[in-house]
Amino acid sequence: MTHDTEAPPIPLEILVVDDNEDDVLLLQESLCDLPSVNLVHAVHDGEEALAFLRREGQYAGVSRPGLVLLDINMPKKNGFEVLAEMKNDPLLRTIPVVMLTTSNRDADVTTAYGGGACSFVTKPVNFDRLKLIAEHFVCYWTTVVQIPRAAPESAAKQDPRPPLSTS
Amino acid sequence: MADELNPQPIEILLVDDNDDDVVLLAESFKDSRFLNLLQVVHDGHEALAYLRREGQYKSARTPGLILLDINMPKMNGFEVLQIMKSDPLLRTIPVVMLTTSTRDEDIARSYDGGACSFVSKPVSLEKLKEVIKQFALYWTLVSVVPQPRGSDNA
Repeated sequence: MTHDTEAPPIPLEILVVDDNEDDVLLLQESLCDLPSVNLVHAVHDGEEALAFLRREGQYAGVSRPGLVLLDINMPKKNGFEVLAEMKNDPLLRTIPVVMLTTSNRDADVTTAYGGGACSFVTKPVNFDRLKLIAEHFVCYWTTVVQIPRAAPESAAKQDPRPPLSTS
Repeated sequence: MADELNPQPIEILLVDDNDDDVVLLAESFKDSRFLNLLQVVHDGHEALAYLRREGQYKSARTPGLILLDINMPKMNGFEVLQIMKSDPLLRTIPVVMLTTSTRDEDIARSYDGGACSFVSKPVSLEKLKEVIKQFALYWTLVSVVPQPRGSDNA
């Protein structure tokens, strides 16, 4: 990366939503090694994902992720249903959602973007390629792109904190 | 390495009223052999005409991705975004806001309105080239975009 006088990338906190335990482990392994990734949380179905994002039950103290990696085929609530709920919820709709799936069907790609997903990534089949993809992925979301800062829910009206300064 | 990963070239529509920026971006994209098609329009009205294939844009192809400036004459980027996301034929096209702004408010408003990314234009050409390189790698190697509609089913 180039080094300007600009601030270093903001560490990225990711929520992985995937019912396949092997996929979750591989993702965590390839993402956690990267210096600009702060934390990778994992939940295993759509209902858990929404509970996490809404900080319900066991997720009362969790922080809001900067980005959600969302599988499509999952039990209880599939990825498209989670996406629809997030995009209809004023508190969650600004969180970028990346669909991460084994599908590469045109119809799924179109449904994902039409539903408000920010990106559609097909899970690579081998680990080397997954690592390479993970590297480019994190580089993009930390150095190329700016994502909303945490907690716009309080920023909406009565944010007690002073406004964040932008240089 | 890149060939092995079989990148899919995509067509980009750049919507930006600043000619200097357009020149710099076009220059930066030139270095990226994957994003070989860059179309340019200069304001929001033109962008919508292009996407809807009106007038001089009758034979335009649907771009794979849109790079949308925020501050533009006639119609700003947020207005274009809103119109696109309310149009069933246009709402599936990924829109990346590309702007000089780094304001939190603009970032939140972009994602809230359905933008898929928010990119602050770097000031130096060297940095811009690096950003565009990573941008191109992401949208060709990592993320898939919807197949553009053919020009026959407009």
